[in-house]
Amino acid sequence: MVHWIKIPYYPGCTLKTTAANFEVSAIAAMKVLAVDLEEIPRWNCCGTVSPLSDDNLMNHVAPLRNLIRVQDLGSNRLVTLCSMCYSVLQVTNNLVKNDKEKMDRLNAFMSEENDYRGQVKVEHLLQVLNNDVGLDQVQQMVKKPLKGLKIAPYYGCMLVRPKVAAIDDQEEPRIMHRLLEALGADVVNDPMKIECCGSYNTADPKMKEVVVARTRRIIKSVTDRGADAIALSCPLCEFNLDARQIDARQRYPSLKEIPVFYFTQLMALAFGLDQEACGFHLHSINPTIALSKIGEGVKLRSV
Amino acid sequence: MESETKPEMDIVQVFIMGKAHQVPAGLTIMKAMEYAGYRFFRGAGCRAGFCGACGTIYRKENDYKIYAALACQTPIEEGMYLTQLPFVPANRAAFELEELNPDANPILQLYPEVARCVSCNRCTLICPQDLEVMDSINAALRGDIEEVARLSFDCIQCGLCAIRCPAEIPQYHVTQLARRLYGRYFSDPDKFLAERIEEIQNGKYDAEIEKLQSMPVDELKQVYSSREIDLS
Amino acid sequence: MTVGKVLQLSRKKLGNEFVAKIEEWSGQNVFSCYWCGKCSAGCMMVSNEADPDLMPHEIIRRIQLADETVLESELPWLCASCEICTIRCPRGIDVAKIMEAVRQWQQRKHKDKLRPSSIAPEELAKLPQIALVGVFRKKTS
Repeated sequence: MVHWIKIPYYPGCTLKTTAANFEVSAIAAMKVLAVDLEEIPRWNCCGTVSPLSDDNLMNHVAPLRNLIRVQDLGSNRLVTLCSMCYSVLQVTNNLVKNDKEKMDRLNAFMSEENDYRGQVKVEHLLQVLNNDVGLDQVQQMVKKPLKGLKIAPYYGCMLVRPKVAAIDDQEEPRIMHRLLEALGADVVNDPMKIECCGSYNTADPKMKEVVVARTRRIIKSVTDRGADAIALSCPLCEFNLDARQIDARQRYPSLKEIPVFYFTQLMALAFGLDQEACGFHLHSINPTIALSKIGEGVKLRSV
Repeated sequence: MESETKPEMDIVQVFIMGKAHQVPAGLTIMKAMEYAGYRFFRGAGCRAGFCGACGTIYRKENDYKIYAALACQTPIEEGMYLTQLPFVPANRAAFELEELNPDANPILQLYPEVARCVSCNRCTLICPQDLEVMDSINAALRGDIEEVARLSFDCIQCGLCAIRCPAEIPQYHVTQLARRLYGRYFSDPDKFLAERIEEIQNGKYDAEIEKLQSMPVDELKQVYSSREIDLS
Repeated sequence: MTVGKVLQLSRKKLGNEFVAKIEEWSGQNVFSCYWCGKCSAGCMMVSNEADPDLMPHEIIRRIQLADETVLESELPWLCASCEICTIRCPRGIDVAKIMEAVRQWQQRKHKDKLRPSSIAPEELAKLPQIALVGVFRKKTS
């Protein structure tokens, strides 16, 4: 008897557009594991990145409003996919839970909403996989083990920093490593796995070249170690390592090509789901470059 | 003949631009300001709650909150502290609707400041049409043009949202763009419109229009006053 | 790096309003820093092709000395808030928050470091919203 669990789920803006494949693959893969990710109603942009000044409460309004939505549903947990959304929600949640004065002020400002009572727990999907589902269960559902595919998990900043939002060890996380191993892949441990991809600077015209140089450094690091693919959990990292990889190779022609995946796409692939569910159509670098190693080909739709 | 007794008039005190005025109760803000001697050269239009020209910012006695309303539709209350908005400055992006690609984030391309939204909800709270403005901006941010159009349908472009926005977003221009994109690229083409255009192009109304255009003014007036109005 | 600059030190200046505000906004004790350089060693903008005028630990040093020219440094605006500096600090200082406080000095005076109109339409067409939301948070006021 399969025991289904439903968890309120927060997508974030980008998962509805350029990272739609992250959402599609996550929902499909989690169904295989008897987990229903239920999008919360009337959510708003999380407002990444978290404010770093102590008196800035305004930028905590947006994440807090989402937590109130979860509370209004009568639920006390929330799962996210995008690491930046996860971090912002977790930081705000932590702030108000530990500072009653700030919680009161924020609640007073949002007088048109119900007061937040601080009961919601914010989690990232990797934590749910680890704690609720268990990697044994994940392994059991694998139909097409990713054996032969050398994957480098890339955590970026927001899964491990700041401390209150870290889902694993801050210098040597292994939570995504273990998931990929459960999917049958050969995991490549790369030293730049927690190094920043350049983040939002990619949108600043004065900073684009710096980000492109950063992309190159990260890509070179993983390809030097023999990785066939990168797995990650953030649409911004994905943009900087995938779309910007094209800019990087224009500037550094010797850079090896390597496709970038959301970890949920690899789950969907390993569970034997079809290519629609895997969402391979929104990539800049053709996934076939890696997937051909395990006998998969992808016709890249021009977007 | 009976002496006419004047009905007792309730008087309320309101403050217009900081000065106290005694005006009859039951008047709208606009009528009250005119009663007090102000003439509207700007900030007034249809006087029917539809054009959005008469946005009024006000406060109430012993109440710290800021309120806004349409002057032509809102009855005065005792102690209202009023000021009129003659105009709302907000940049409206120039665009050619036919040249926009609905799949390429057109709203963010023309109004990137939408990404500055902090979901403070001040826009929603000030909207005289009770629209979910914050929700529509969030829908714009996640590229859901249809949802923006749906939520902002009753917008009258009064601009009060833009005045309140700390992120300096011109919400009413953003949602108008979404409605135009929706009409052009997403909604089903109107069957009746297509039929009527064909009729016109086939000259169905040519004779009638020519007759009216060459009619002398007196006859035209006569035809106009005796026209049939279908109120069904 | 600026070398040979004359810095006026006086008890009046130390701990002045500038330093007090940085500490207030960041919630950090800037005098706890002993300039070991671990934050700078981890900073991606220092190890990257950016070559900024100052490194994170140098910024903190200047704040300690109440040197307001630190506000002209390019480093706070290269910063991507990745917070590696924070986790590397052996004194437990949240260096990222200090960097933010330096940015806030200008942002709270309504000085934008980025004009949204300067982003090219081709870029706007493909940039994920998350990038725009983040960059406007950090570089517009």
